[in-house]
Amino acid sequence: MKPVPDLPVTLRVGGRLSDITRQPLPPYAPEATAFLAALSKQLLALPEARQFPDIAAFAYWCRPASLARLQREFGAAHARLGRGLALHIAPANVPVNFAFSFAFGVLAGNANIVRIPDAGHPQVDVICDRIAALFDDPAHRRIAAMNRLIRYPRSDSITATLSQLCQARLIWGGDETVSRLRALPVHPRCVDIAFADRYSFCVLDSQAVLGASDTVLAALVKGFYDDVFLLDQNACSSPHLVLWHGTGQAEAAQGRFWSAMTDYLEKNYDLAPVHAVDKFVHLCATAIALPQARATRRHDNFVYRVRLDSLPADIERHRGRNGFFYEHAVDDLSCLGEIVEERYQTLTTFGIDRATLVQSIIAQGLSGIDRVVPVGKALDIGVIWDGYDLIGELSRIVHTA
Amino acid sequence: MASAAFDIAPWLDVDPYGMAAAEKDAALTAVMRALTEHHRALSSEYGRILELTADENAPFETLADVPFLPVRLFKMFDLLSVPRDQIFKTMTSSGTSGQAVSRIYLDRETAALQGKVLARLMSHLLGPKRVPMLVIDSPSVLRDRNAFSARGAGILGFSLFGKDVTYALDEDMQLNLPAIEAFLERHAGQPIFLFGFTFMIWSHFYRALEAAGRSLPIDKGILLHGGGWKKLQDEAVDNDAFRAAMKRCAGISRVVNYYGMVEQTGSIFLECEEGHLHASVHADVLIRDPRTFRCMEIGETGLIEVLSLLPRSYPGHALLTEDVGRIEGVDTCPCGRLGTYFSVAGRVAKAEVRGCSDTYEARS
Repeated sequence: MKPVPDLPVTLRVGGRLSDITRQPLPPYAPEATAFLAALSKQLLALPEARQFPDIAAFAYWCRPASLARLQREFGAAHARLGRGLALHIAPANVPVNFAFSFAFGVLAGNANIVRIPDAGHPQVDVICDRIAALFDDPAHRRIAAMNRLIRYPRSDSITATLSQLCQARLIWGGDETVSRLRALPVHPRCVDIAFADRYSFCVLDSQAVLGASDTVLAALVKGFYDDVFLLDQNACSSPHLVLWHGTGQAEAAQGRFWSAMTDYLEKNYDLAPVHAVDKFVHLCATAIALPQARATRRHDNFVYRVRLDSLPADIERHRGRNGFFYEHAVDDLSCLGEIVEERYQTLTTFGIDRATLVQSIIAQGLSGIDRVVPVGKALDIGVIWDGYDLIGELSRIVHTA
Repeated sequence: MASAAFDIAPWLDVDPYGMAAAEKDAALTAVMRALTEHHRALSSEYGRILELTADENAPFETLADVPFLPVRLFKMFDLLSVPRDQIFKTMTSSGTSGQAVSRIYLDRETAALQGKVLARLMSHLLGPKRVPMLVIDSPSVLRDRNAFSARGAGILGFSLFGKDVTYALDEDMQLNLPAIEAFLERHAGQPIFLFGFTFMIWSHFYRALEAAGRSLPIDKGILLHGGGWKKLQDEAVDNDAFRAAMKRCAGISRVVNYYGMVEQTGSIFLECEEGHLHASVHADVLIRDPRTFRCMEIGETGLIEVLSLLPRSYPGHALLTEDVGRIEGVDTCPCGRLGTYFSVAGRVAKAEVRGCSDTYEARS
């Protein structure tokens, strides 16, 4: 095996790159689950876990009971081992995403070099400090030897050097990053897990929204808020289009939902003035550029809605930010076949039978939609993500006949 | 365009700061209503925006009711209310490289109206006669076609109100002391009109004089400056410090800031002796709450909307800017000018970008 050189990077957590241990572990090895469980416990004990819901979500995800369930679901149909060294290029603007990417690599049994975002987000350092503390504990010696969290400015030469040494790359950050990294020469056995730009949307059942108790409606509103506003509607899995299932009651349901949504936002969302301007610019630009727009409605500057009188085939190209939605009412969800293409990732639903919807996606052979989850779960990243079984992809099968 | 509401003459005959707000609001609203219908009929983009965003049953009784466009839209779309073959001049905003620039299309009529209103405001400031003019900039700004933009256009536009127009900086943006001294000798004892951009004046005039240990005798100078405070805010220089520096380095006691933008050339907002920006009868200012876009009260800080009765060839009569400021008062400025007076706090703050894209970024 070619040695890993020491490169001009900032070593945030872990020892020198040249000292990294690349001998893999099997998926869900006791060393890996014990380490993540300890990390979960440490993070949950921090006051920052209450301050940053994303830290709490990560810590909750890697608690022992959750890992045990994931391990059961992963199964043991084949003997498996980590692929070797995994390189992670984490996104700059989703603070805890690097931690999930790292954890996937650890659970799959790999050694990992994770390029983490710069110091702009306090969550990054909170998590890194805890990982570093655990690495100092002899109980986690093996995981410490296998993992490095590093920072470096955009540098194709560093990324290229690492790409030729690793057996897997997790490339977050959209089309531009993916194509840039794909252009670099890689190890012949390297598997790329590329997270391209995606598009997500939501289906709400009109009757279910109208019939919901106040408590259920409040939970729906909170869930929708989490899906959209925690990352300013910029996440791949945040919805841009809201389809109302049931035309007859759509208008009444919209009235109930959006007024509750606006009330919630007024109390909970810190709307940056520049985002109000951005939305208004986008509203005017949409009026000019989207002939299917029939009407618009502003709920102050919290929610902007564009009502479509038909669904353009390229609706995916029209996206909102910071609370800007395209809306259309339908009676038959088979219309999905007319718009869905490979960019479609997450479909969040309320009042819709998801199993039936998934069957219909399969039966129609749609080229997109990787996730159908309840409203509120759009950002819940996990080992199945973007259509990939990440632990499966990041490990290799040792087959016997 | 036969409507009586479009006749500019009555607006040129009156004292530009002589109309109390209540009277002005009613008169200006009537023009705004006519302009809104004019642009709705002639700009398909503007008409489409109103169709989708404006409630046609909403009242249209005050300036606050005038539908407004975000000024950034002029960077994204060509917005015209005249056929293209009637375009006489295209104005662009001064963007740094890589930034989109506004494109403002002027026909002869709108260009002429801009000139007339600017002349009216300048005669209020300088008197009816042309005044010897010192431009605090380099003549190369006008020659370099790449740099020629709002800066060059501003110099050319204001030069119409000066005579013996002389540049205080040489080709390399260095202080041209011999030229300045000869100019001051030619016009000893006379009022002098000085014009420049706020940051240029600070860094290439004030700083250069300070470094040379020199001061100039321009006690009768009237210094008009604009272009924004962003770079000076970074150096913690505010309006008071700027005024004091001008007094110190050149004896200038009449320093007049202006607020204006290429999207509403002509009807600019001039600073009075009290340090307040004033709306003339040809224009007005509203402050909108970023959370709701409702108009805010005197003293509350929000997004600045500017209204002007000049834009005819493009739908720019009511524009929401990306500046924040507040109305300081209405009709009550101790300087005696009537109407709205206000202050500008700067650009609206940028926000952190969150989301999945933009990973392999250069910063870090």
